[in-house]
Amino acid sequence: MMGRAGICKDGVIAEIEKKITEAFEVFDRDGNENVDVREIGSIVRSLGCFPTEAELHELLAKVEEEEPTGYVHLEKFLPVMTKILLDRSYRPIPEDVLLHAFEALDEKKSGYITKEELVKHMTEEGVDTPSSSNPVAFMSAYRLEHFPGEPFTEEEMEEMLSSALDPETNAVHYRDYISMMIVDETDDLPQ
Amino acid sequence: MECTISTMGCNASADYSKHKYNETAIKATVLIQRWYRCKRAQLEVRRRYSLTIFESIEYADEQEQTQLSNFFTFMLEHRVHRGEVAHTSSGSHVSPDADSYVIEYEKIDVPDSYRGPRLSFPLNIAHAKALLNALKNRQLLHPRYVLQLLHETRRLLKEKPNITHVSVSYFKEITICGDLHGNLDDLLLVFHKNGLPSEINPYVFNGDFVDRGKNSMEILIILFVFLLIYPNDFHLNRGNHEDYILNMKYGFTKEVLKKYKVHGMTILYHLRDIFSWLPLATLVNNKVLIVHGGISDTTDLDSLNLLERNKLKTLMKLPKLETDRKNQVKIQGIPLGYPELSQWSSHPELTEEERKQVLDILWSDPKKQHGCNLNRRRGAGCCFGPDTTEQLLKKYNLKMLIRSHEFKLNGYDLTHDGKVITIFSASNYYEEGSNRGAYIRMNPDLVPRFVQYQVCTSTGKRKNWERVKTIEQSALQTLQERIFVHKQKLMDTFAKYDCNNTGRISVSDWAAVMESVLQLKLPWRTLKSRLVKTDPDGNVDYMSCFYYMDTARPMHQVQPTLVETLCKYRKDLQVIFNIIDEDESGLISPDEFRKTWKIFSSYLGIHSHDEAIDKLAQSIDYNKDGYIDFSEFLEAFHVVRKLENKAA
Repeated sequence: MMGRAGICKDGVIAEIEKKITEAFEVFDRDGNENVDVREIGSIVRSLGCFPTEAELHELLAKVEEEEPTGYVHLEKFLPVMTKILLDRSYRPIPEDVLLHAFEALDEKKSGYITKEELVKHMTEEGVDTPSSSNPVAFMSAYRLEHFPGEPFTEEEMEEMLSSALDPETNAVHYRDYISMMIVDETDDLPQ
Repeated sequence: MECTISTMGCNASADYSKHKYNETAIKATVLIQRWYRCKRAQLEVRRRYSLTIFESIEYADEQEQTQLSNFFTFMLEHRVHRGEVAHTSSGSHVSPDADSYVIEYEKIDVPDSYRGPRLSFPLNIAHAKALLNALKNRQLLHPRYVLQLLHETRRLLKEKPNITHVSVSYFKEITICGDLHGNLDDLLLVFHKNGLPSEINPYVFNGDFVDRGKNSMEILIILFVFLLIYPNDFHLNRGNHEDYILNMKYGFTKEVLKKYKVHGMTILYHLRDIFSWLPLATLVNNKVLIVHGGISDTTDLDSLNLLERNKLKTLMKLPKLETDRKNQVKIQGIPLGYPELSQWSSHPELTEEERKQVLDILWSDPKKQHGCNLNRRRGAGCCFGPDTTEQLLKKYNLKMLIRSHEFKLNGYDLTHDGKVITIFSASNYYEEGSNRGAYIRMNPDLVPRFVQYQVCTSTGKRKNWERVKTIEQSALQTLQERIFVHKQKLMDTFAKYDCNNTGRISVSDWAAVMESVLQLKLPWRTLKSRLVKTDPDGNVDYMSCFYYMDTARPMHQVQPTLVETLCKYRKDLQVIFNIIDEDESGLISPDEFRKTWKIFSSYLGIHSHDEAIDKLAQSIDYNKDGYIDFSEFLEAFHVVRKLENKAA
């Protein structure tokens, strides 16, 4: 038997499908090919995709049953997810873009964000703006198609702070934080 | 969604700058949230597959265990006979009678210098509280009191039927706990959250109190104390780990021998009997059946009620010993060289059917599909489907089945349409942060309420990602050990897929080989990057996984398959050596080593030449004094992960 790299298209798709099935099965504790709908986000992200919450909701609408049972079947999930991987949707965020994002929140350009500031941004429900009376202006001004905020839950906020916050300064030194989180990924063998 | 943050074009509004900042801030925030949620999910996935690794290997391990149980029984029997417990003059192996118990503990002196709790019988709640306090502070209960406690416990248990009947009323809800596996902190946490046992706060503990965790002895002491104080409101079910054969491999035997150097064997000997006296099931309001494992399509509660449960000291099959004309004792045709065993007679046992009834109750697992088949994963008991459950519940007019026996991420789980509940009470079972534990509170409505918890260690609140890393590394270590042990077979199978000897095969083929050789259903594609190197064109360098592991002490001069075998059976060998090592010196002579190895390897059907063993013995005689420090010896066979790329 000769081993082949999946050079033909079918081979590529077969491999992708197997990878998706594997990831799905990690969360399928009963072995009956369905998972709790709340786990779909984790599965999608484990396959290297970085969707927003809104994008995730869109995806769920495609894979849920007509009568929502709280479960998602593999047979519905597989084609949708295969397309996402083939189209390379929801790409990861490059390190420099992430850095710019943190810098954007750092008004004084001091290299850190205080705990209070970070919490305010991450958990804010909407946006404090005077033009909310004019919804059209509001929407066009921000060029966003969805509700602007995707606020953190209390649990998410607490978790982020537990690894990001420097207890001595009570602030997030974002350059260090990013470096730490990136390094953490490379438990893979040296390639 | 755009990836870049940019400021937008001009808008002549008065608070444009504020708007501009806000838009940028919002976009930045959403980006960070998106990134963070992804990181968090990836972390959760790593935790999940680590637990999958642990679970798969644990069950595969249990399956192999049943093979060696015969050998261990023999070894332990041999030691008991040579050692401390001298019973009746006939030398035949019978249960200790009441007299021999009393004589034993009364003879033991408790010195004035002993600062631990002193028990007096009959026990009361004050004793229990003092004891809880002492054990919480890691004090050891004096062996005299341990033995006395065991004596009283056995006396009480003997009176109990195989199936305990319990009533629940509105003034008396019942609490049901699952596997504890030596996790004392979990037991203390449950008592803290749920209150101490009493006449108005009854408890059922559903087996597997011992093995794996470090405080099995303490748990037993506490459980037995409450059993004696509240005999009608405190109930214990036997689990598959209340079995001296499993205890030898899974840590309880070692724990007892370490904590009680002089009386350990006596304590174990009595516990072996006590375990067999534990009731097999509990029935609540005649509607809820509580057993440790599960059921099968042949489960018969009437039969279970009638059999003599104490005759099953172990659920594992005992060896058939033969004696030849020269009065040599043989096991499976191999002479053992321990003539004194010729008087040994095996335990009076139950019929095969009766044994199966108990085996099914203690070892079975539920499954999603219909039907009932042998539990190949565990090597004992059955896998029972929803139809089997339905059949049993109908037959005995029951509402539901509560069982334990299986690790559950959230401490509990429901299956078979809510009719089968699994309750698992050992939090942080595999590693700190691996899972929650839970218990059930039940009132006369017989609707279960679940309470979850998780013990936080005193080493401070570690960051989530650090904890996940620890769990993952531990899981990968376990997996790599298994890979190492199967090296020869893996290499042979890889070669079949790589006809041109390129050293590379497709991901698909690599995953298929790993799964079939190791017999583990794991997410191989997800784990790939942690185990092997992959080429830019996507092919796997299948030998690379071996570059990153080796034994703690490289053994280049030793036959590789021998090394693999020693790695595989490292823990089992420890058990055997512990048994041989009567003076507990930690040393054995090369002669004993050779003799034991010969028996062991012939039993397993492994062929290795005497010279190979001798060479090995010599190479590990580090002090060159003619004795082998076997712990040190076995340490060398730990499989470790190497950080640098070293050519195999």
